[in-house]
Amino acid sequence: MNRRLFPWLIGLSLVFFVVAPILIVRAPLEQEMGLIQKIFYFHFSAWMAMYLGICILGISSALFLFRRKPAADRLAVSAAEAAIVFGLMGLITGPIWAVKSWGVWWNWDARTTIALILELILVAYLILRTYGGPGSDRLAAGLGMFAMANLPFLYVSTNIWRTIHPPTSVVPTLPVDFGIPLWWSFAGFIVLCLALLTARVRLEEQRATLDRLYLALEDE
Amino acid sequence: MPPLQITDFTQVTLSGVSRHYGRRRALSRVNLVLSAGEIIGVLGPNGAGKSTLLGVLSTLAEPSNGDVRYGDLTASAGGAPLRAQVGFLSHELQLYPELTARENLEFFAGLYGLDRPAERAHEALARASLSERADDLVEGFSRGMRQRLALERTLLHAPRLVLFDEPFTGLDEASCGTLVTRLQQLRTAGRIVVLATHDLDVVSQLLDRAVLLRMGRLSELGSKGSLRERYRAALAEAPRGRRPVPSGPSGSGPGESPA
Amino acid sequence: MRRFLQVTWLVVRKDLRVESRNKEMLLTTLFFAVSCVLVFSFGFVRGGEAIEGSASGVLWITIAFSGTLALGRAFERERHHDALRGLLMAPVDRPAIYVGKLVGVLLLLAVVEALVVVMVAFLFQAPLFRHGWWLLTLLSLGTIGFASVGTLFSAMLLRTRSRAVLLPVLLYPVTIPVLIMGVSGTFALVQPEPDLVLARVWVSLLFFFDIVFVTLALWTFEPVMTE
Repeated sequence: MNRRLFPWLIGLSLVFFVVAPILIVRAPLEQEMGLIQKIFYFHFSAWMAMYLGICILGISSALFLFRRKPAADRLAVSAAEAAIVFGLMGLITGPIWAVKSWGVWWNWDARTTIALILELILVAYLILRTYGGPGSDRLAAGLGMFAMANLPFLYVSTNIWRTIHPPTSVVPTLPVDFGIPLWWSFAGFIVLCLALLTARVRLEEQRATLDRLYLALEDE
Repeated sequence: MPPLQITDFTQVTLSGVSRHYGRRRALSRVNLVLSAGEIIGVLGPNGAGKSTLLGVLSTLAEPSNGDVRYGDLTASAGGAPLRAQVGFLSHELQLYPELTARENLEFFAGLYGLDRPAERAHEALARASLSERADDLVEGFSRGMRQRLALERTLLHAPRLVLFDEPFTGLDEASCGTLVTRLQQLRTAGRIVVLATHDLDVVSQLLDRAVLLRMGRLSELGSKGSLRERYRAALAEAPRGRRPVPSGPSGSGPGESPA
Repeated sequence: MRRFLQVTWLVVRKDLRVESRNKEMLLTTLFFAVSCVLVFSFGFVRGGEAIEGSASGVLWITIAFSGTLALGRAFERERHHDALRGLLMAPVDRPAIYVGKLVGVLLLLAVVEALVVVMVAFLFQAPLFRHGWWLLTLLSLGTIGFASVGTLFSAMLLRTRSRAVLLPVLLYPVTIPVLIMGVSGTFALVQPEPDLVLARVWVSLLFFFDIVFVTLALWTFEPVMTE
């Protein structure tokens, strides 16, 4: 299934990413932020792709833990890696925005902080998988579920703790001129995330097949 | 306390049981039937998969392929009531050294939900000839004393299936004798006893049946000659390494389809 | 349910008994907590006065650090002589074992916190006892949140080789919300003009965190512990 899905997804995301710069360039320049405001189009989208990755990680971890489906584990590890990549993108663009907007690179703005913590949890997930030894896939699945359950608490607590980010309501009320490129790149990032996921899952599947072949060979 | 549901079985059947970690194979398509009133020896060099086999039998580890049936039940269907019928004495003795012998026994009697835990502990201490040291910390016990205590702890709930991992290592002659007697009693009582060991001298008189585990593969030992001779002969026969690459997929076994 | 509580009680009593014999965990954790607070004092006290707001942070970080130490030790005891396998082999609801271990850790941390609170109040001139009940609620809920995740992680890491390093690596990121809620809640209590409304917000957040994570831990303990 993955093999057939991947070319479609990657093709679709290509369409999105070729058109996105045109839309972004043609969108009007925001008065206060100037050119830097354009970051927002992919900053926001990268975040969303990261959250998508974490949700997939949490759900597939639960499936693996309770239903013992090896395929779910392969999806979980792929989702974790994809989420790390998109999170990193957000973490790099976040401070660039911050320095223009508030004059400092890092000001513990709520959403950047959440992303940093999530990034830490994801790295911990991969560390556990790498250094946990045999059986660590099961343990990592437990951690994956905890990561997802943490989302609402991180969101609420960090927001109360520190709030100077542009409030969330900015997004829906954005003038159409800003809105179209934003939602366009949002869709592009989500499709790219799914494309990467299918490719990564496919790699894991092939690894599993290789392992199985090795074992079958040894059994002869 | 509510009585645990009785799960009775007189046979344990392993069919095509494999267990692997990534590419490392610990057990490879093991078929074995264990019957009540039998002491089965699982022999083999270190790292042959003996502990993995016992782990799978104890229900703590799940096979990667194949299944284990206790009577008609699988481990996952059996759950806690099935665990109540299994006793497992691993090489590490599963005792708390900071507790006294009596406290150790009473703790496990409580966990197993046995009635009259104090009396049970008392009787078990007598069987282990530790009545006089009952209220001493296990810390101060010799290996032999600990082993006797751990043995009684394993048998406290009268399990149907009893698993021993290298129970003779580090025992003096007297403790060995006690253990042998106790094992024979279990056989008479109609329990299923599995003994993983590489110590042939002590067990040669004891085993009803012996199987050889080597590189995760199981083979029955013949019945001719002494145990030592049979073991030697089987070791010589057993596969030494990877065979040549097969030409087609026809050789793959059940549950191992390389597709 | 009765059987569940009975097993929990057996595990707690066993741990208390072991601890009463050698007091190893209690003394090492207490001493560690004391050293922690002292080390922080040299970082956060200038000219004989604590930097404003540092007390609440020092309090919670000390709890997190000594908690990690206690969690590691609590399960090292089960790993020693493979006792954990004995526990898992018993025909009991396995979550009862988890709750038993959790209660043991909580009792130990309660003693540690009693000392740490007094020390921080004393060394950092913090009015921690001004709203004593609020602080007690914050501390109890925060410790339950931290230890419920920690007990599960510590138990599941027993099978891994590098568990000593992995425990903090996994535990701290996941429990950062507890730390934020605890520190902010405490700060709301000790600032010159206490903000009880804000403290209540943090308390209720902690309460929900505990419910979600204790449930999740009870739910995942069994599948995570079987090989």
